[in-house]
Amino acid sequence: MKASKVVTIAWKGLVKNKLRSLLTMLGVIIGVAAVIIMIAISAGAEATIEEEITSLGSNLIFVQGSFSRGGPGAGGASSGGLVYDDAFAIADEVNGVVGVVVEQQSSETVKAGNVSVESVTVLGSTEDFPSVRDMEMAQGRYFSQEEIDRNQKVVVLGASLAEELFEDQPPVGQTVTVGTTKFTVIGVFDEKGLVGDVDYDARIYMPITVVFQKFTPAQFARMMGDRVRLIYVEIAEDADQEDIILQIELLLAKLHDVSLDEPDFTITTQQDIISTQEATTEAFRNLLAWVAAVSLIVGGIGIMNIMMVSVTERTREIGIRQSVGASPNDIRMQFLTEALLLSLVGGLIGVIVGVGGSWLFNLTGGMRTVIVPASIVLAFGSAAAVGIFFGYYPANNAAQLDPIEALRHE
Amino acid sequence: MNSSQPIIQTKNVTKVYGMGDAEVRALDGVDLQIHENEFVAIMGPSGSGKSTMMNILGCLDRPTTGQYFLAGEDVSQLDKTQLAIIRNERIGFVFQSFNLLARTTALENVLLPTLYNRHNESGDEEYEERGVAVLESVGLGNRIEHQPHEMSGGQIQRVAIARALINDPVIILADEPTGNLDTKSGTEIMSVLTDLHRQGSTIVMVTHEDENADYAQRVIHFRDGVIEADKLNGRRTGDR
Repeated sequence: MKASKVVTIAWKGLVKNKLRSLLTMLGVIIGVAAVIIMIAISAGAEATIEEEITSLGSNLIFVQGSFSRGGPGAGGASSGGLVYDDAFAIADEVNGVVGVVVEQQSSETVKAGNVSVESVTVLGSTEDFPSVRDMEMAQGRYFSQEEIDRNQKVVVLGASLAEELFEDQPPVGQTVTVGTTKFTVIGVFDEKGLVGDVDYDARIYMPITVVFQKFTPAQFARMMGDRVRLIYVEIAEDADQEDIILQIELLLAKLHDVSLDEPDFTITTQQDIISTQEATTEAFRNLLAWVAAVSLIVGGIGIMNIMMVSVTERTREIGIRQSVGASPNDIRMQFLTEALLLSLVGGLIGVIVGVGGSWLFNLTGGMRTVIVPASIVLAFGSAAAVGIFFGYYPANNAAQLDPIEALRHE
Repeated sequence: MNSSQPIIQTKNVTKVYGMGDAEVRALDGVDLQIHENEFVAIMGPSGSGKSTMMNILGCLDRPTTGQYFLAGEDVSQLDKTQLAIIRNERIGFVFQSFNLLARTTALENVLLPTLYNRHNESGDEEYEERGVAVLESVGLGNRIEHQPHEMSGGQIQRVAIARALINDPVIILADEPTGNLDTKSGTEIMSVLTDLHRQGSTIVMVTHEDENADYAQRVIHFRDGVIEADKLNGRRTGDR
């Protein structure tokens, strides 16, 4: 029998029972849609993480203070944590370091004229901040090392904060009040957008020394001195990362007077963070793959179930076809093709639902999704495999029917 | 009449069901010859083996022992697929219960055997023309697109006869073709079969009714798995 005839016959068989065919396909539809949506969600999560990491800037090493010796104030000169001067030591003494950034945060009310914005994140930083963090200037300039050293009261505004405070007027040269201190605006950053949950555009940036001086609570300052939580180190493109980490370890161990076995700091690379995130998303993806596989198998069992019923119900039809010359193989092909068509049409609807669902997730902002073309191929292919696998047994049963018995069947 | 080679020839055909004490010999050594353009009626009480004989003649079943030559070819040991091919190309069935596909038009039912035809490479249009012609020849030219539930029993059986003819079989096997019909429709069907015979078809028909058997040239009676009587009808002319 010609392949086109087989498909036509099988198709007619399905169309005669539209509702049943649709219900049979439901399992496959859900399975395929689940595969596509789940892969789209995990790809979306991965893309978000990747963006966050690259937005930190490239080739970064993070040096974090840790209080391995019993926390701050536990006594002794080497009681843990990084200090502001460590950053300069790293910049000066480690080969291959391009830039070093230290940050100190606070939250203050910012006023300009009669506009007042509450709870603005104040970020104290150092000279290399724009290059390490990939921030571009829109107007004016960033503060210099000299201004940092002299505790100059200058600020750079994030794009959206600048607009909120000054609307259409040029902000550069204006005065803003942060907390109770007056500052001169010397620049405005370009729009950076939302990275993760941090809005870089709604912040105000000033020399870190000013934050230490003006916005660190008195008791905390006495206890902490000029300690910093995190130092960002940007290294040269062609630098040997391992070597630089070793240099920083040796330098800080010497400065803090600690042994390398019990350091009061930890060093992480961007790669470490990426690996951790990747491990998490991979575990997530594996879980989703299992869920999808199970729903496809359940869909396949649904197809097998209905095909078994269908073969029994249509025993007479099978007998008629056999009497006019259908061979066992013709009968097998007919039912196998029906099962395959069920799963393929189910798969096609599943792809539409899956792609549409992923798109809807994105649109409603519930979750970021990235549709992976390979997932469509994978889901569709699995659906076809499920159809053949679960369709074979009922189809073979049909093929083995004895024509005399089949013709006698009521 | 061609007496050189019979269309059907069985040699000592037996069919045994079950084993040991439960063994039933449905056919117990049947020798039968049917020649081209014969119209044979097979009669006998239920359990006589006539249905088993028809199943074997129709290649729906194989004999336990013995040989069956259909148009000169020994088909008694063929496998299921080969038997399917024989049924498709050489045999036309007409059943008591019609056995048309439901929710399928008369023409599609008639064309059903052509789907499984392995050798004929005719195109769909050629087949359709032929299907329409065959339906017209049994007087259903105006019922081509009707489905079985829209037709009378006599019309349905005529569709079944058209289906039996579509692949040009060497023999038509009719298993109580009027069993489910009223007298008038039954007479119609018998006259269609008689016409086919007159046009050269070879027909073997199982029947319970003497008046149907009267249409045949030759009447074979089965009893207990053997041929009890094999008589020529008075009307019959011929030299066998």
